[in-house]
Amino acid sequence: MSMTIAEKIFAKASGKKEVDAGDVVMANIDVAMTHDLTGPLSVEAFEKIGVPKVWDPEKIVILFDHQVPADSLDAVTNHMIMRKFVKEQGITNFYDVREGVCHQVLPEKGHVVPGEIVVGTDSHTCTHGALGAFATGIGSTDMSMVFATGKLWFKVPETIKFNIEGTLPDYTYAKDVILNIIGQIGADGATYKACQFAGETTSNMSVSDRMVMCNMAIEMGGKTGLVEPDQKTVNYLKNRTNKSYNIIKGDNDAASLEIMDIDVSDLEPQIACPHNVDNVHGISEVEGTPIDQVFLGSCTNGRIQDLRDAAKILKGNKVSNSIRMLVIPASREVYTKALNEGLMNIFVDSGALVCNPCCGPCLGGHIGLIGPGEVSLSTSNRNFKGRQGSSEGEVYLSSAAVAAASAITGKIEDPRNL
Amino acid sequence: MKGKAWKFGNDIDTDLILPGRYLVLRCESDLAQHLMEGADPEFPKKVKKGDIIVGGKNFGCGSSREHAPIAMKGAGISAVVAESFARIFYRNAINLGIPLIEIKDISKHVSQGDELEIDMEKGILKNLTTGEEFTIKGLPGFMRNILDKGGLIPYLKEEIAKGEL
Repeated sequence: MSMTIAEKIFAKASGKKEVDAGDVVMANIDVAMTHDLTGPLSVEAFEKIGVPKVWDPEKIVILFDHQVPADSLDAVTNHMIMRKFVKEQGITNFYDVREGVCHQVLPEKGHVVPGEIVVGTDSHTCTHGALGAFATGIGSTDMSMVFATGKLWFKVPETIKFNIEGTLPDYTYAKDVILNIIGQIGADGATYKACQFAGETTSNMSVSDRMVMCNMAIEMGGKTGLVEPDQKTVNYLKNRTNKSYNIIKGDNDAASLEIMDIDVSDLEPQIACPHNVDNVHGISEVEGTPIDQVFLGSCTNGRIQDLRDAAKILKGNKVSNSIRMLVIPASREVYTKALNEGLMNIFVDSGALVCNPCCGPCLGGHIGLIGPGEVSLSTSNRNFKGRQGSSEGEVYLSSAAVAAASAITGKIEDPRNL
Repeated sequence: MKGKAWKFGNDIDTDLILPGRYLVLRCESDLAQHLMEGADPEFPKKVKKGDIIVGGKNFGCGSSREHAPIAMKGAGISAVVAESFARIFYRNAINLGIPLIEIKDISKHVSQGDELEIDMEKGILKNLTTGEEFTIKGLPGFMRNILDKGGLIPYLKEEIAKGEL
């Protein structure tokens, strides 16, 4: 029987020869990730089940990224709950506050390989599908079941395959492609489905770009993002993982596959306007909008390539006096690379604030919040009302290049104008 | 169950249900004090035990934070009725034993403050204010079992005790 990548991964994980979209399966979990904000609830739920030990301490990855360093007694209490759990359960893959944002750190540290099932108590866990794993966000109670049994039930999803073709015009990036797709199909356009990114444009994308695409699959309701592994995937994993893996590819004639063709040859920089991620407009419709803060970072666009794209534009320029700019590398590895390449000098010289690797203002509960009436331009993935602080604030989403250009002029700026 | 309807629109994300700045909280009653605060800052003061939240399409989209349905549980919300649900919220709520009911176009048939009555056994939602009745589509068997046991934890305890897991 022909199957999609998602169906093949679920068949393997549930010990079946074949599964169909719509089947409910009990799947064995390969990687279970939790962090400082959703972890404590997972631990509390696990303790209620009454199983003394987790199923496999080596398959659990724990790190802190949302409130790092702890900014309140509540936050430090959460960190302490997790440290205690790590110690009691003998969890070896624990990174504490040191490494950065979970969706960057897991791939960097080789925890994610093709063909596996990765779950995380964070909706952007879908990012890891960029390496050909089936990766999805779950809640804390679901995670407690994984901790106790190593299993979780799933409805095998149908797949939308986005065949992306065409050469991206100058100053357009993976972020513009995914925003454009979300704008086309809507915030619930892929609900319950696997979003597979394919076509020549995806093949030409780096793993980092593919992570941008998969990261935002959830913003159209997707259960995961997926890219079929290729030589770039293998190259990325080389020297990062000691896990063995099988590359699983999908069948083009799988019954549950829906195809959507996307041509990016004429794409202009895309902006998601307040307060929904599918409220997407070409930059020409919104340029000139005054802003108060620029946030460059997050699990969407806090990678070295994003910092390079932004630094290229900021070099020799100043952040407008009317705004503030935050630069938050997604991980320690990204931070170190940016230091070694001299990018941090460019950011600091321009007047931007460089913060430690963490989620930053993206979740609206830690640093860099916006106040009532303020406007943020952000390279992150969500612009919901109140997402970065005040419910009376507004968040626009863009690529790193648009963020850098806008930081210079203090308004939403098309980088092609500079 | 019977309760007053509180209406919200389409794409009610979990940031509106429970804003990020309260994610450091863990206790059900603390979280309940901020329920729906992103959409209506006065809501925690107005909501009563047993009330029902009514949403449009894609209810619960966004973050996987279980704090959102936990806050509902803490406030005593008896059910959430919407035109469609986002998948992580859907699982989380059922896992906590909160009934979720999907009814097409329900927003058009319920006004703010209407009295609703839900009979899960018979599969009927009745708007007592207007007299209209709606059929509730049953949950898939597996989820129904979880909800009937009061959530995933009691369900798991039983399965583990039986040696099923």
